[in-house]
Amino acid sequence: MGDLIGKSVKRVEDNRFIKGEGKYTDDFNMDNQTHAVYVRSPHAHANIKGVDTSKAEALDGVVKVFTGQDIADAGIVGSICGWQVDFKNGDTMKEPGHPIMVADKVRHVGDAVALVIAESKNIARDAAGLVEVNYEVLDAVVNPKEAAQDGAPLVHDDVPNNTIYDWELGNKEETDAAFEKAHHITELSYHNQKLVPNAIEPRAALGHFDSNEDKYTLYTTSQNPHLARLVIGAFVLSIPEHKLRVISPDVGGGFGSKIFVYNDECGVLWAAKQIGRPVKWTADRTEAFFTDCHGRDHVTDAKIALDKEGKIIGLRTKTYASLGAYLSNFSSCVPTYLHGTLMQGLYTTPAIHVDVTAVVTHTVPVDALRGAGRPEATYGIERLVETAAREIGMDPAEFRLKNFIPPFDGVKQPGYQTQVALQYDSGNYEGALKKALKNANYEKLKKDRDKARAEGKLLGIGFSTYIEACGIAPSAVVGSLGARVGLYDAASIRVHPTGKVTIYSGAHSHGQGHETTFSQIVADSFGIGMEDVNVVHGDTESVPFGMGTYGSRSLAVCGSAIMKSVDKVKEKGARIAAHKLECSPDDLEFANGSWTVKGTDKSVGFGDVALTAYVPHSYPENEEPGLDFASFYDPANFVFPFGAHICVVEVDKETGQVKIVRYVTVDDAGNIINPMIVDGQVHGGVAHGIGQALYEGAVYDDSGQLLNGSMLDYCMPRADNFPMFETDTTVTPCPHNPLGVKGIGEAGTIGSTPAVVNAVIDALSDYGVKDLQMPLTPQSVWAAMQS
Amino acid sequence: MIPESFDYQRAGSVREALALLKQHGDEAKILAGGHSLVPTMKLRLATPGTLIDIGGISELKYINDKGDYLAIGAGTTHWMVESSSLVQQKAPALSQAAAQIGDVQVRNRGTIGGVLAHSDPQADYPGVVLALNATIIAEGSGGERTIEAADYFTGLWETALGDNEILTEVRIPTDSANANSCYLKFPQPASRYPYVGCAVAMDKSGGNCSDVRVGFSGVAESAFRDDGVEDAIRGQALNDDTIAAASAKSAEGRSVLSDYFVSEEYRRAMAQVYAKRALTQLS
Ligand SMILES: Cc1cc2nc3c(=O)[nH]c(=O)nc-3n(C[C@H](O)[C@H](O)[C@H](O)COP(=O)(O)OP(=O)(O)OC[C@H]3O[C@@H](n4cnc5c(N)ncnc54)[C@H](O)[C@@H]3O)c2cc1C
Repeated sequence: MGDLIGKSVKRVEDNRFIKGEGKYTDDFNMDNQTHAVYVRSPHAHANIKGVDTSKAEALDGVVKVFTGQDIADAGIVGSICGWQVDFKNGDTMKEPGHPIMVADKVRHVGDAVALVIAESKNIARDAAGLVEVNYEVLDAVVNPKEAAQDGAPLVHDDVPNNTIYDWELGNKEETDAAFEKAHHITELSYHNQKLVPNAIEPRAALGHFDSNEDKYTLYTTSQNPHLARLVIGAFVLSIPEHKLRVISPDVGGGFGSKIFVYNDECGVLWAAKQIGRPVKWTADRTEAFFTDCHGRDHVTDAKIALDKEGKIIGLRTKTYASLGAYLSNFSSCVPTYLHGTLMQGLYTTPAIHVDVTAVVTHTVPVDALRGAGRPEATYGIERLVETAAREIGMDPAEFRLKNFIPPFDGVKQPGYQTQVALQYDSGNYEGALKKALKNANYEKLKKDRDKARAEGKLLGIGFSTYIEACGIAPSAVVGSLGARVGLYDAASIRVHPTGKVTIYSGAHSHGQGHETTFSQIVADSFGIGMEDVNVVHGDTESVPFGMGTYGSRSLAVCGSAIMKSVDKVKEKGARIAAHKLECSPDDLEFANGSWTVKGTDKSVGFGDVALTAYVPHSYPENEEPGLDFASFYDPANFVFPFGAHICVVEVDKETGQVKIVRYVTVDDAGNIINPMIVDGQVHGGVAHGIGQALYEGAVYDDSGQLLNGSMLDYCMPRADNFPMFETDTTVTPCPHNPLGVKGIGEAGTIGSTPAVVNAVIDALSDYGVKDLQMPLTPQSVWAAMQS
Repeated sequence: MIPESFDYQRAGSVREALALLKQHGDEAKILAGGHSLVPTMKLRLATPGTLIDIGGISELKYINDKGDYLAIGAGTTHWMVESSSLVQQKAPALSQAAAQIGDVQVRNRGTIGGVLAHSDPQADYPGVVLALNATIIAEGSGGERTIEAADYFTGLWETALGDNEILTEVRIPTDSANANSCYLKFPQPASRYPYVGCAVAMDKSGGNCSDVRVGFSGVAESAFRDDGVEDAIRGQALNDDTIAAASAKSAEGRSVLSDYFVSEEYRRAMAQVYAKRALTQLS
């Protein structure tokens, strides 16, 4: 390896981004293009008594208006759920259909009822306002727990009690027994509130059908273009894969919300074929609030049992998880395999039982959002642990150190088998916490807090020590758990005749910096410069069938596929070099961009070998020309990043405002390719998690109206809400992938939320406040201090 | 986020703008900085047929010292108010309010006339112009007229400005209370408009509070002068007890805004906290 890995190489993609010259879906245009606007339901639950499109169609410049009836007549189903989670008793998961546009009934505010296509976006927007829909408004249900009760309004007539499945994991009897013999039990009830993803670029699609080639093209905002092609082609619109090209150009953030194949984009492609012209649709911010899949929305009762010495002996949770009005692609696996399986946390808890009831409600569908399931789990565990420590009068840091799983590297010591299915790869949890305590200067911090309190200030310290499972996932494992896809990734490396390199990546960057990180590892591997490597991603016509970017998997999974291709290039390159140097490949070593005969100064460079591969005049016998390899990598296990966060807050006694005074992180993502990018991911992740703790949350009224569906009311965290983050890392390499890397895209979000809430509760300890529901708004903190 | 289509006219002078207003009647609207009007148009809550843009009229952008008062043109941007040393000296509350409006882009476009004409119950300036005892100048086809700030805000989104009038100037008296004034704001976390904004101008010649004016933004359906607080502190020595007693009167007997995010109880309590902090800061 050369010297690029481990360096904070500046992001090559930022050259275009900071100049505002990224090319996003909406920047593409086609000849003869039309513009589409969806007509959406203003009601959460209503029968559609009639749709009158005549006024809209009469407007000058309107090309066509489609309704839910047209979709029904065409016999098209909508997008699908990609993961089957069956009921405890073996009954099959309920899968209510989700047509591209509904004909008979709307089930959340924002449900699409018609699609207006016009010569300009303005005309389409005007015409959308002229579509008259006659609604018969019905009662709605928005709370996940209430939705499961008898008599709650039904979202789908064929889903009794709105229940999609119930599910459990762990050992119920052992957990019962642990609670029976417990010395101390701590209980909490909390709502991991519904969050709106709010990627800066709204979703968009530009669909085209070329009748000469009998071929479809879709530009769209996707985190995983191949998955989009598979779902749209094979399941929604019945287009053979080779007749559908999906291009996902620059994408302005996703946070999960652009993993999913939405009906809206499918409708655009379908309509393009119907009218024989390209159709473009770009969501506006309001649509983003009402149609991008939300995250979280788990209502949970949780308990933890301790013995006399303060060791955790049992943990139990009961969660009602809302999937929203319809099942989005991965909605079903989030509350189960991405949440229940994380309930071990970092602790040696010997008995765990997790129970989940997943329901539909009259709200925007819920699916993976940065962290997806792991933040919900971590919030519960870390709130319980901190509360329990306080209740038994033990320092929360000491309590954690006492209960941590001891260090293991996954090589000399085996992986750690949890009570909830996963086997952790490697970890040194006390190492991370001890470093964080040192960086925060915890002993002094405690004194500062006590001093401030004596002066009447409300200072609080909160912890969170988290683990997460990412780099999803071994296909066979997830397949046995109900996944309907494999979760490998793919990458090919094309070495050009002059020794320059193009990487074709199945992972898709929508802010993560792949063009930099992937180039670093390849340039280092071949001893060439960053400028000699280029990364192509996002076009199904050129990149191999990879599964895309989510679950902090790009480097761990696609990066491993890249390394497999690197190895293949090097192996073949060695044979070509050996031929040139008239030796055996075994006599060669590769370093600094050359193959050298061991113990001599005879060598041949990478560029020479590349040229020879394409001009094979003097060439090894039976060797194919060319230096171009594709690889698929199916991971052996998840990867398990972990870390320790310490948050210090000051609460304004009079107003309830929370100010974060310090935020200290020590994250362990295994080996680090680019420290600056890791730092950036931690910053963004922590900001996101603080957003959940203090600011964000979709608020619905009883009729199913989203009360804060705009930036005026939905509070996103902003830079001035934060102090400078004090970030640091430890390195515990992943034992089972070639780069020894884990993942860092979601860690900050997963770790930070409970640290902040724990700090606020600590600050309020003189008021006897034990718990508060998120977000901890000034009003709610103030109210807690009043009572 | 696309407004309905509209016609656009650019006025070169107040006189021209008034003529255009007359010509287009009800379906016309004045466009100043556009930072309240355009968002409502994008949401199609406002659908004017014609916009008469006064943003380019340079005769509306000024801050002049007229001796007894500061004259501020309606087209003066928040940034100009914020950064004016004249305003900072003679009416610090106004410049503090300007500095806390939105973000830099908003402050570079938005105008004082636009805020006062729009009369958003959540805007910052209204409580300030009340506390500073300002006068508002409006021009219509019949000529110029003067409206006292106290008579200007007439209700939710309502002002004393006539349909065919243009707000041209705001006059801030250069009295000693205004020179000792401040504005404190509790921003709504998402929009950063005030949950509570409290402006206080106080004359404390002789040590005691000899005269005081207190204005609240964001608390009620429209901004108001709080005579309850004023009466309680006027003539008093300024100490923790008198200030606490006076600020406890904040919004007393008035109906205040409440919604899911901010209850009436909380808003009242915050009005008291901010009145206390403002009074304390000036004493
Ligand atoms: C992101 C954002 C954040 C903001 N934050 C804040 C905040 O924290 N606090 C705050 O107070 N405001 C805030 N604002 C509003 C901002 O201050 C606006 O600039 C102001 O409300 C309107 O001024 P304008 O010049 O932009 O008026 P416009 O939007 O152009 O006009 C507003 C209304 O007033 C009328 N009008 C304008 N000028 C005149 C005139 N001279 N005579 C008669 N009628 C006239 C128009 O016809 C229109 O009805 C924010 C705005 C944005 C977009």
